[in-house]
Amino acid sequence: MIRFVVTRLEAHPAWVRWGLLAAGLLLAFGLPWTLYPPVATDILCWALFAVAFDLLLGHAGLLSFGHAAFWGTSAYATGLIAIHSGLPFYAAVLCGAVAAAVLAVPIGFLGVRRSGIYFAMVTLAFAQMVYFVANQWSGLTGGENGLQGIPRTLPGVDLSDSFVFYYAALPVVLLGLLAAWRVVHSPFGRVVAAVRDNPARARALGYPVDRYKVVVFTISAFLSGLAGGLYAVNHGFASLQEVYWTTSGKVVVMTVLGGIGTLWGSLIGAGVIVRLEDWLATAGFDEVGLVTGGIFIVVVMLFRRGLWGTATHLLRRRFGALSEDTGEKHRPEHDREAPSQPVPS
Amino acid sequence: MTSFLQQAFNGLVSGGFYALLALGLAVIFGMLRVVNFAHGALYMLGAFGAVVLSDSLGLGFWWALLIVPLVLAAAGMLVERLLVHRLAALDPLYNFLLTFGIALVCQDLMRMKYGSHSQPYAGAPFPGSLDLGLFTFPTYQVFVLCVAAVVCLAVWLLLTRTRIGTVVRAATERPETTRAFGIDTGRWVTPVFGFGAGLAALAGVLAAPMRAVNSSMGADLIIIVFAVVVIGGLGSIPGAVTAGFLIGMLQALGNLYVPVLSQTSVYLLMAVVLLVRPAGLFGKEEHA
Repeated sequence: MIRFVVTRLEAHPAWVRWGLLAAGLLLAFGLPWTLYPPVATDILCWALFAVAFDLLLGHAGLLSFGHAAFWGTSAYATGLIAIHSGLPFYAAVLCGAVAAAVLAVPIGFLGVRRSGIYFAMVTLAFAQMVYFVANQWSGLTGGENGLQGIPRTLPGVDLSDSFVFYYAALPVVLLGLLAAWRVVHSPFGRVVAAVRDNPARARALGYPVDRYKVVVFTISAFLSGLAGGLYAVNHGFASLQEVYWTTSGKVVVMTVLGGIGTLWGSLIGAGVIVRLEDWLATAGFDEVGLVTGGIFIVVVMLFRRGLWGTATHLLRRRFGALSEDTGEKHRPEHDREAPSQPVPS
Repeated sequence: MTSFLQQAFNGLVSGGFYALLALGLAVIFGMLRVVNFAHGALYMLGAFGAVVLSDSLGLGFWWALLIVPLVLAAAGMLVERLLVHRLAALDPLYNFLLTFGIALVCQDLMRMKYGSHSQPYAGAPFPGSLDLGLFTFPTYQVFVLCVAAVVCLAVWLLLTRTRIGTVVRAATERPETTRAFGIDTGRWVTPVFGFGAGLAALAGVLAAPMRAVNSSMGADLIIIVFAVVVIGGLGSIPGAVTAGFLIGMLQALGNLYVPVLSQTSVYLLMAVVLLVRPAGLFGKEEHA
């Protein structure tokens, strides 16, 4: 259905993959030494969010413009549970993620009734509805003031130091990333890819196409919820910002910057954007959208493979073996209604 | 009864804005298969355009109503030529993403220049209100409603009664057949994009005297308009316009009878429409 530039993961030789994994883990463990620890934890959260988003966009071909609904719902749910129950924060985050997944079922069910660009508009609209609900239900969410005083509870461990909290949050993120990787490389993930590439054929083969889409949407929402919950615990509060459309937009920017469909590229996209925003905020520049929006336009116009995709593409061209799907090469047959002027690319 | 009529009128006025924006979106979508995320930004720029013309050049509302849509239509055509056009051969989602980036940039540019506070607009025409016995309406809002209705009607006549309109409709519905008849559909792409941009700017100028003019006014509106076009069906121009007015009414009356739902009613209606008639109230199933 959706023809994005998709870079295949498994095309890397084994030593490259293990090398990258080792480098990634090393970076993940060393991050709070090189950065202000709360920012490092922010990068973890956004990285998991972006990977969850790419699971949907790159692998299921569904552009959701409303993922803030899941990130934010979990942020609020996690916060409420952590404040009122005193459970360890792991349990609170897990419950928050479950809440996000529960919300994703009706939104996904309604969303997959339209495809392509409509799906993006529908998810964006429902996310805005979640925003209004959060705004109106101020008795629960704190409305404009946000939900404050979310504790970092873990029996026996003092997590008040952000440096320590980073290492408490890291396993959750790594498990989330592992889950995303497993989904992509499972038989289920194969069917999802088939649904993306040729929904008509997948349906003809007997796969309930819409149900696959809803399930992958829900998984993505669950992982986004893990990230949003951790984010709320990291900051000690959840605000309306978490459910606002700008948050949905930010994760889109991260994933496109990193490279759609590369999964790990999203990690880099998240890291770059969080660092950039932190740097701009420190420099006293408030109009972050001006910079991220500008970068985004350049990426969409010129580097549609994203940072990761462009890097692997260049490496592959250097070493021969080029095997990837490019959005430009083959267009689906039903695109007869496409714009009338093909452009020489 | 009085409050009902008052609210119904308010609903029609905000419906007029939805209709103008949805109309522009639908025209652009029909011709280019692009959903223009920057449509809300154009509306915001239109409102700022009116403020700037009034503050720095001393040009009043009527000049703004003429100049701003033309300028932004030209800017839209430029963006279409320079950027949108280059992505035309790719999946339409790329252009959606591109226009999202453009919207972000426009919004923050305006925020950088004017801050997040609302700008006052001095040059509002038609002060006072119209007394109709049972209730009174602000004269300016009656004017806005009339303009919105006349513009929507004019566009409809333009599309159905003129040769240009016929070509555009044909290119929208059957691009290949139209080309097979020897009509160069490509030359209409840029003007149509500019036209849609101009409509959004027009809505922005109309909004300046009665709405808060700030950098986020467009983004909040465009999301509702997206829901409007999902409900109405983007493939159908009368559908998009009707849904615009319908949703304006729904919101206003919801505000009166079920205040809790005033902001969420649009999305609930969208959920119902997706369940019952996924292609939209007036839409036919299409590939987007």
